[in-house]
Amino acid sequence: MNQRPTAGVPILRLGDVLVSGLLNELDDKSALAFTEELTETIATTGARGVLIDISRLELVDSFVARTLMDLSTTARLLGARVIVAGMRPPVAITLVELGIELAGVETALSAEQGMAALGWYRGASSQERPEP
Amino acid sequence: MTSSDTAVRERVTQVLRANADDIADRWVQLQREQAVLGSDLTEGELHEEADALVAALSAALEGGGRPQSLVHTHEDLNRNVTDLSLRRARGGASPTLASLAVQALKQALLEAVRRVSHESDEILAAALLINQLLDAAGALSFEVYVEGREEIIRRQSRQLLEMSTPVVRLWRKVLAVPLIGTLDTARTQIVMENLLQAIQDDQALVAIIDITGVPTVDTAVAQHLMQTVKAVRLMGADCVISGIRPPIAQTIAQLGIDLSTILTRATLADALAAAIPLTDTPGPDGTDAR
Repeated sequence: MNQRPTAGVPILRLGDVLVSGLLNELDDKSALAFTEELTETIATTGARGVLIDISRLELVDSFVARTLMDLSTTARLLGARVIVAGMRPPVAITLVELGIELAGVETALSAEQGMAALGWYRGASSQERPEP
Repeated sequence: MTSSDTAVRERVTQVLRANADDIADRWVQLQREQAVLGSDLTEGELHEEADALVAALSAALEGGGRPQSLVHTHEDLNRNVTDLSLRRARGGASPTLASLAVQALKQALLEAVRRVSHESDEILAAALLINQLLDAAGALSFEVYVEGREEIIRRQSRQLLEMSTPVVRLWRKVLAVPLIGTLDTARTQIVMENLLQAIQDDQALVAIIDITGVPTVDTAVAQHLMQTVKAVRLMGADCVISGIRPPIAQTIAQLGIDLSTILTRATLADALAAAIPLTDTPGPDGTDAR
């Protein structure tokens, strides 16, 4: 488990996937620290996927949005997919109105969906495939 | 106020007090004659209304104030006239009827004055006073009537806006929004809020926006659609636009609007058929932009 206190954001390693969640609104400094820490962790662990849960955030400013976009590009260069999960409706509306589309960032409805997209299944039962 | 004015005023008040019931009855009778009423007020309600208003009128006359403004300054009278007018506005009576109702009271009052007084000077003075008083009441009642109707219109358009953007569950993890009418900024906002909330509540993976009921698509409407699609994608769901009729497809092509990043289908049925496979495998295939 890699957990460094610098940005105040936990980064957990689950197999080849890194899981992180933003709990409070990040200021610019800790956003940068978070990017750096996560990038290094990806490089050292050789993670294949990164899940960032933002379901607790009520506000995403343009800098954090920018950070997420950069992070996703960086991670792709290192061979990892970034999925941003659980964005709240008001946040989505605000971002669209600001003209920020988070281009290139993959999104998922919830952390669970995001993990499934990264190839993580709790078991066969959690796949919930409907009858054709 | 001169002494003769005061005298006339006392005289009219006296007449009002003494003949309150007669005047109220006569007024109701006049209203029924004019009416074929159309409104759903019963005779009992009319009587009640008339009694209250005549009482308020004599109370107002006994107090001070210029007769022209009594209807605004005397609280009880003001409320009675307002209520009377609002009742007619809500009951669907025509504006003519609403204003005639007050005019009929004038006639009833004048008749009562003529019964007790035989001096033409006195009758004239009383008539002037009654005119001043009730013309103001008529104006107020008309104003209130219009306001009442406008309130109804405002409420209806608000309801229409809310009702015209339902979010329906079409399939497991598939939502649909049938849009009807033009898509302006306010509508887009409401659609977006409703849709995103429903996506979160249902954990839906695909949202279908059906624009069969949207008469024209111009650049502004396309812009609004794109915004909604982007917001849906930010949430982690995908969006399909359906119901693009041939003329609209032509317009979109001619205007050079780029909808190539959005999955579009001709009918809601096609869109549903395209949406269901997307819900099978949550993740890479479902969330990628096309």
